[in-house]
Amino acid sequence: MAALLEVDGLEAFYGPTQALHGIKFAVEQGGITTILGANGAGKTTTLRAVCGMIRTVGSIRFDGQAIDGLSTAEIVRLGVAHVPEGRGTFVELTVEENLKLGAYTRQDESQVAADFERVYQHFPVLAERRGQQAGTLSGGEQQMLAIGRALMLRPRLLVLDEPSFGLAPMLVEGIFGIMRAINADEGVSMLLVEQNASLALGLADHAYLLETGEVVMSGSSDVLQNDESIRRSYLGY
Amino acid sequence: MEFFIQQVLAGLATGGIYASLALALVMIYQATNLVNFAQGEMAMFSTYIAWSLINAGLPYWGAFALAVGLSFLGGVIVERVIIRPVENAPILALVIVFIALLVIFNSIAGWIYTYTIKEFPSPFPDQPFMGNVYISSHDMGAIGMTIAMVVVLFLFFRFTPLGLAMRAAAQNPESSRLVGIRVSWMLALGWGMAAAIGAVAGMMVAPTLFLDPNMMGGVLLYAFAAALLGGISSPGGAVFGGFVVGVTENLVGTYIIGDELKLSFALVLIVGVLVIKPSGIFGKAVVHRV
Repeated sequence: MAALLEVDGLEAFYGPTQALHGIKFAVEQGGITTILGANGAGKTTTLRAVCGMIRTVGSIRFDGQAIDGLSTAEIVRLGVAHVPEGRGTFVELTVEENLKLGAYTRQDESQVAADFERVYQHFPVLAERRGQQAGTLSGGEQQMLAIGRALMLRPRLLVLDEPSFGLAPMLVEGIFGIMRAINADEGVSMLLVEQNASLALGLADHAYLLETGEVVMSGSSDVLQNDESIRRSYLGY
Repeated sequence: MEFFIQQVLAGLATGGIYASLALALVMIYQATNLVNFAQGEMAMFSTYIAWSLINAGLPYWGAFALAVGLSFLGGVIVERVIIRPVENAPILALVIVFIALLVIFNSIAGWIYTYTIKEFPSPFPDQPFMGNVYISSHDMGAIGMTIAMVVVLFLFFRFTPLGLAMRAAAQNPESSRLVGIRVSWMLALGWGMAAAIGAVAGMMVAPTLFLDPNMMGGVLLYAFAAALLGGISSPGGAVFGGFVVGVTENLVGTYIIGDELKLSFALVLIVGVLVIKPSGIFGKAVVHRV
């Protein structure tokens, strides 16, 4: 079976600076791929490149279709939902309006209504705060809102940039649990960037290790988890 | 007393015009943080289009609707063709583009229609409003038109998906793209709506001021003062500011400094607001982390 997302020879640039030097990775249908690496290795850049947010060279195929060169809005319409670094909530809009925007590109209104309920089930606190301005939510609640908004697209691929960032350990576990459930129950594939390597490897089936814009190691999560050098550098035991 | 009431009501009527144009300014300001100095001239040009249509034999409301529609289209085209290429240019460059637009619209109108003033009809009856001696039907109609526009815009932004998308795009363009909103089209739409609102303002002001290419110069200044006073980031504030400026301008002109110096009142107001409370009455102060 072909992979849902296939990236090959991807190079990305910020102005004249090259941030990615021809990387190759894939996300399987229904799979979870994680990209590990130190700060500045190019993890966020990789996610932004996939969603057409920066200038790139190389091939990006989503479900067999080339999406490099498409605009972000068009890529979203294919079913790619991106939870950006720093969450990217619309702070002046209400929780409900944020979720509504997540479903902006969808036409199937009755389904959308059901998905509201689904998101509120995953994150009951959002239901309580549906009329509240998103900017007044706590960091954890905003992260839930960001993920909830992404789910409202009914994505085939969920792109997550550091979902644990700045959250208390208990909240992180809750959010990862929900992500696991979404993947298992609804078959949503995921591309995950995460500082917390052991959490990420625990969730993902495939992992790639980035160093200064290049993939230096890849394989199934189990293999990487048991690799001596990864353990020392990223898992810390 | 009767004279005073008359002056207040007349002020409300011109205030309605200022409010409409201020609303158009706010539309573009909210999305881009820029003031479109050409807004008044665009409104003037729209009014000439309506004038041509009426002269071509269209009934007033037909010409009105068509002029509003064409203005909307014109606004979208101006954004796509002229503003889009300089979207990321420094602010000063954009200001110069706006001023260029102002001059161009003014000159084209003068070239096509000449600078001689023209009469422009009012859709409202030529008699006092419901036998009321204080206010004419046209003034009442202009006020009503402004209020109707505000209500329609409020409903649009509050309750339609497109309105929500436009608000989102103005607030957070990057996240908007990530939910699939075509942000640059939202900007063009904002320009179109601003031009359409301006067209209504132009058609409401022309029967009183008469139609000529320089008709909107002073009006734009008052509208700018109104938008600042109410808070240029707040549509409701801009409308409130419009009515306040209209009334005070009229009273100050009648009782204190005379008609000739009235326009300087707008300048005093602009400077005053910027010095005392730059965010205006209803505007939100922008806070930056340093």
